[in-house]
Amino acid sequence: MTRKNLVLLLVLLAVACVLPFLVTDYRTFQFTLVLIYAIALLGLNILTGYNGQISLGHGAFYAIGAYAAAILMDKFGVPYWLTIPAAGAVCLVAGFLFGLPALRLEGLYLALATFALGVTVPQLLKYHHVEQWTGGVQGIVIAKPEAPFGLPLSADQWLYYFTLAITVVMFLFGWNLLRGRVGRALVAIRDHHIAAEAMGINNALYKSLAFGVSAMYTGIAGALGAIAVQFVAPDSFNVFLSIVFLVGIVVGGLASISGAIYGALFIQFIPNFADEISKAAPWAIFGVLMIGFVYLMPTGVAGAIRMLRARWAARQTVSMKVKLKEETP
Amino acid sequence: MKLRLIPVAALLAAALAFPAAAQKKYDPGASDSEIKIGNTNPYSGPASAYGTIGKSIAAYFRMLNEQGGINGRKINFVSYDDSYSPPKTVEMTRKLVEQDQVLFMFQPLGTPSNTAIHKYMNLKKVPQLFVATGATKWNDPKGFPWTMGWQPNYQDEGKIYARHILETKPNAKIAVLYQNDDYGKDYLKGFKDGLGAKNAKMIVAEASYEVSEPTVDSQIVQLKASGADVLFNIATPKFAAQAIRKVYDLGWKPVHYVNNVSASIGSVLTPAGLDKSVGVITTSYLKDVLDPEWANDPGVNKFKEFMKKYYPDGNVVDSSNIFGYTVARTMEQVLRQCGDNLTRANVMKQAASIKNLKLDTLIPGIEINTGPQDYAPIQAVQLQRFNGQRYERFGKVLSSEH
Repeated sequence: MTRKNLVLLLVLLAVACVLPFLVTDYRTFQFTLVLIYAIALLGLNILTGYNGQISLGHGAFYAIGAYAAAILMDKFGVPYWLTIPAAGAVCLVAGFLFGLPALRLEGLYLALATFALGVTVPQLLKYHHVEQWTGGVQGIVIAKPEAPFGLPLSADQWLYYFTLAITVVMFLFGWNLLRGRVGRALVAIRDHHIAAEAMGINNALYKSLAFGVSAMYTGIAGALGAIAVQFVAPDSFNVFLSIVFLVGIVVGGLASISGAIYGALFIQFIPNFADEISKAAPWAIFGVLMIGFVYLMPTGVAGAIRMLRARWAARQTVSMKVKLKEETP
Repeated sequence: MKLRLIPVAALLAAALAFPAAAQKKYDPGASDSEIKIGNTNPYSGPASAYGTIGKSIAAYFRMLNEQGGINGRKINFVSYDDSYSPPKTVEMTRKLVEQDQVLFMFQPLGTPSNTAIHKYMNLKKVPQLFVATGATKWNDPKGFPWTMGWQPNYQDEGKIYARHILETKPNAKIAVLYQNDDYGKDYLKGFKDGLGAKNAKMIVAEASYEVSEPTVDSQIVQLKASGADVLFNIATPKFAAQAIRKVYDLGWKPVHYVNNVSASIGSVLTPAGLDKSVGVITTSYLKDVLDPEWANDPGVNKFKEFMKKYYPDGNVVDSSNIFGYTVARTMEQVLRQCGDNLTRANVMKQAASIKNLKLDTLIPGIEINTGPQDYAPIQAVQLQRFNGQRYERFGKVLSSEH
């Protein structure tokens, strides 16, 4: 990471830190949701963007994470902050196990298998043998955590900072994972899996691990989402959620870490914006905006920003060269 | 010199402030010119068919504003799409309460959606009025004093069927089919309460089904084998239709009660087969536009005119529209009662003091009553039987209250 990037990142983080004091509690709640979606999108991006495995069922892992947190809080009285690693662990295992059979499936077939997962999970949550835990169609209502140690923060502000801290940790972890050996292996498998195998990469292991880690990210996001919304029900996690996640990573930028944040902003604010423009056909407006984004920024928002910065840097060097030429007689 | 003026100033200030304070009281969302009301409805997503309720309510308030509003104030009805997704309902409700600063929420739709905001609304002390769901839990003035239902709830309806059976067929052997979730159990509880402990033995068989099951055929076979002569069908439209058809195909001829959830001719009786549905009994509380008895009814005619003028895109025979129209009129009544005291506490107080309100789109004899301990506005219904073409109402209006 260059020094310039680091400074930019620190400035962004500082802005994120003062944000709750500048806006209302409701907006703070919305930005908390953006952070939560960003974690989920980073998870999906590890799988789909970096490793090339398309998932249409990540809403299922989000649901599992959310239910893990809600059940732990509601039935076992576990403190909310402990449910986050627990939900992550549950989803890591669930994702890894789902990744094993999914190894045999490629491209569209994998997409269909994950789609099936996304469709099934909300129905399984209503299954009457698990109803005493999941609350059936009624779902589970959970309490919102208050700020600890007498901090002068509202519940929304506290949750925002809590989520921000987890987001930073998850992004650092993701960045560390993806820029090194593991990241290169994942990309190699995506680009040419036979060549990757020939280079000595254990395809099966990496692919299932990618599934597990990806599910873990999404599960942690799900747990945070449950705490922020204070309620889980099967209707909250329909298959549309999985599709929205996929939209988020494509709009934000495939195989890009910062893309997760742009994608999260898009899926949080654009549907509301579309609803304000037209009550009759909000999703038509959403569709038009989405097509616009994809046409104007084929590599996602992250890609577009990267390109703009590269162009700007190139112009800088050119003007500098021109200047040098002018100065040397 | 200056000191002497203080009492005068104080008197003047008191004179200016007092009458105003005594007459007009406002919470966020209310002013001299406007009352801001919040709502969420599924305009998109799996339950979007219900979205027409939100549209007919908006149309009603538009008409009211044209006629001068309520006590000189215009209604500003702000309704957002929640796609029937509870997290979206939470987000939109928070937007309405915290950002748009509505006076109260009116008719948010769906049991899961309302459950998601139940705690929040009561914590914020913002009324969650006349919610569009039949669950019984909205009638809990002690636990949740800021939330109130409107339509007859499932337990009340179950009680009414039980009472009718006790009156007409005291030696009945009853079979019950129910959906295995909160909705089904809510009905079943009301039904059993209505029968009472000493008549509990009248139920000779119970069978439940899961929403995920393809059909309820085997349950119907099992229920028929019990030798029952009355069937209470607590099922959502698809399953209710399957049950009606299977009962007919088996040649079983019980007195067949179908819950109001599946009363629709279009989505239940038509797929089951209109000839196979003859004799099915259910309840109603709103006038049916198709019923020839109301062909020249002033209330229904007024509703038809309203639809033509203010909501021409809406389907006049869709019962959701007359539902929206009637619930909006209940809201209007509450706001008229509030007068110039438009605080959240007073809105709730007035909502809980509706006395014998008759609306001309409710079946005659059904009145809306609420009280500090009674958060169930409509508790009476009339039974109706399907004759192969349409429902015929029969008997007197039945209430779950006694």
